[in-house]
Amino acid sequence: MIVLENLSKAYRVNGREIPALKRIDLTIAAGEIFGIIGHSGAGKSTLIRLINQLERPSGGRVLIDEVDMTELSSDGLRKARQKIGMIFQHFNLLMSKTVAQNIAFPLEVAGAEPASIAPRVNELLALVGLTEHANKYPSQLSGGQKQRVGIARALANNPKLLLCDEATSALDPQTTASVLQLLLEINQKLQLTIVLITHEMNVIRTICDRVAVIDGGEIVEMGPVSRVFLHPQHPTTRRFVYESEHIDENHEADDFAHVPGKIVRLTYLGEATYQSHLSSLAREYEVDFSILAGRIERIKHTPCGQLTLALQGPKVALMLQQLAHEGIEIEELRA
Amino acid sequence: MINELFANIDWADIGTATLDTLSMLGGSLLFTLVLGLPLGILLFLTGKRQLLEQPLVYNLLSFLVNVLRSVPFVILLIIMIPFTVLITGTSLGVAGAIPPLVVGATPFFARLVETALREVDRGIIEATQAMGATTGQIVMKALLPEAMPGILAAITVTAITLVSYAAMSGVIGGGGLGDLAIRFGYQRFQTDVMVVTVVLLLILVQILQMVGDKLVQHFSRR
Repeated sequence: MIVLENLSKAYRVNGREIPALKRIDLTIAAGEIFGIIGHSGAGKSTLIRLINQLERPSGGRVLIDEVDMTELSSDGLRKARQKIGMIFQHFNLLMSKTVAQNIAFPLEVAGAEPASIAPRVNELLALVGLTEHANKYPSQLSGGQKQRVGIARALANNPKLLLCDEATSALDPQTTASVLQLLLEINQKLQLTIVLITHEMNVIRTICDRVAVIDGGEIVEMGPVSRVFLHPQHPTTRRFVYESEHIDENHEADDFAHVPGKIVRLTYLGEATYQSHLSSLAREYEVDFSILAGRIERIKHTPCGQLTLALQGPKVALMLQQLAHEGIEIEELRA
Repeated sequence: MINELFANIDWADIGTATLDTLSMLGGSLLFTLVLGLPLGILLFLTGKRQLLEQPLVYNLLSFLVNVLRSVPFVILLIIMIPFTVLITGTSLGVAGAIPPLVVGATPFFARLVETALREVDRGIIEATQAMGATTGQIVMKALLPEAMPGILAAITVTAITLVSYAAMSGVIGGGGLGDLAIRFGYQRFQTDVMVVTVVLLLILVQILQMVGDKLVQHFSRR
């Protein structure tokens, strides 16, 4: 659905070219929730603005359903933008208009039949659960409610794509969870493609299908969330994952030095997470194990777990073979 | 007692002068808004990193505004006389005062409008752009409503400035309370006339400020 080809962006500051994005190649499928994570200044907010051309690229192409956004006339671009919703970190609602008027705004912009606007607004209010707040002004709403207005407004013209610019970064954890839940619902209900940028791994893990990690204007790692999350390769990705998991690599190394035996990391994904392979095989092969670190959680809807173990016994190798056979991934951290 | 204190006052004259001041204020405010609002919007839109960024146009307009604003109003009154005669046929009275008032106040008001528009959160403009709105729609449906409290405050300040400018136009025979104050209060040393005109002007300014504040309050949604 979205193809970014060799996309780059540089800013001119005092006569010097400062590159913000370097040769980005990215394909996002229809119906997917695609996350882009990076620290501030990594180029992620430039990247999301290139998709709807709020920023013009210095080079490369942006294809949405095979239409090159960079080559559209200003009129064509406006029409295309009416089919791309966008929500923002600071909501960017019109303070002078009520909730209902804010949601009606994109419909008026797109030239909708005046008689069709009110029913559509009511539909959207119901979708985001704000029906009783229709006549309030944004300043009377909480952050979570404001973002719901933002979402309703973004969906008004039945877009096929929703861009989320740090949509939950200004919200508390509980509100973040409910807004993410709403995004997940509309993704499924409306078959809507969602591209979101964030600096919170938690957001990626909760709703994204795939993730790209961006650092210094480049995509340094990309793949299904479960893979990137469980096997981070690039140092930036590792930092994001370990931060969100409260893992400290240095402490871990210290801990390992104190325990004897072979140290391995097992990764379970899906149903394997809930089965008793480890204890039954340890019994069978007479292996002793101690758990050095572990986490069990969900990535979107998939349960997964990761255990770091110190193993001792003559048949450790055989047991590991058997575990691998059961679909559990094994990494050897120390022989 | 009262008649002794205000021995020199012809209340009918005061009444006429007050009405003249009000019509000068009304007429010049109307034209100032009609000319100044678009000018202010244009200044804003052509400014740096704005929707229609045009450095050349912006610098030219900005320079013009600065020139007009740096001319002391008393001087402007005199420079304007030939143009005023050309437009209204006279440089005297209410009609003769309105053109210099408009020329004096429009650049001032335009700057205030520009500032009020800049106060609107950039994110709101970005959001409307992302919806595919035209520049016209952004200005009419988003920017002006969002900047309404600021623009109303600008109108209030401009109206009050016009009251004092209108009084100054008495120097060139502009009519109104200022004219009365100069001819009777100053040139004939009739202090009572001076006091009454100043008090009337003070009341007028008070009323304008009060009404303006109420309107600003009414349109503020922050």
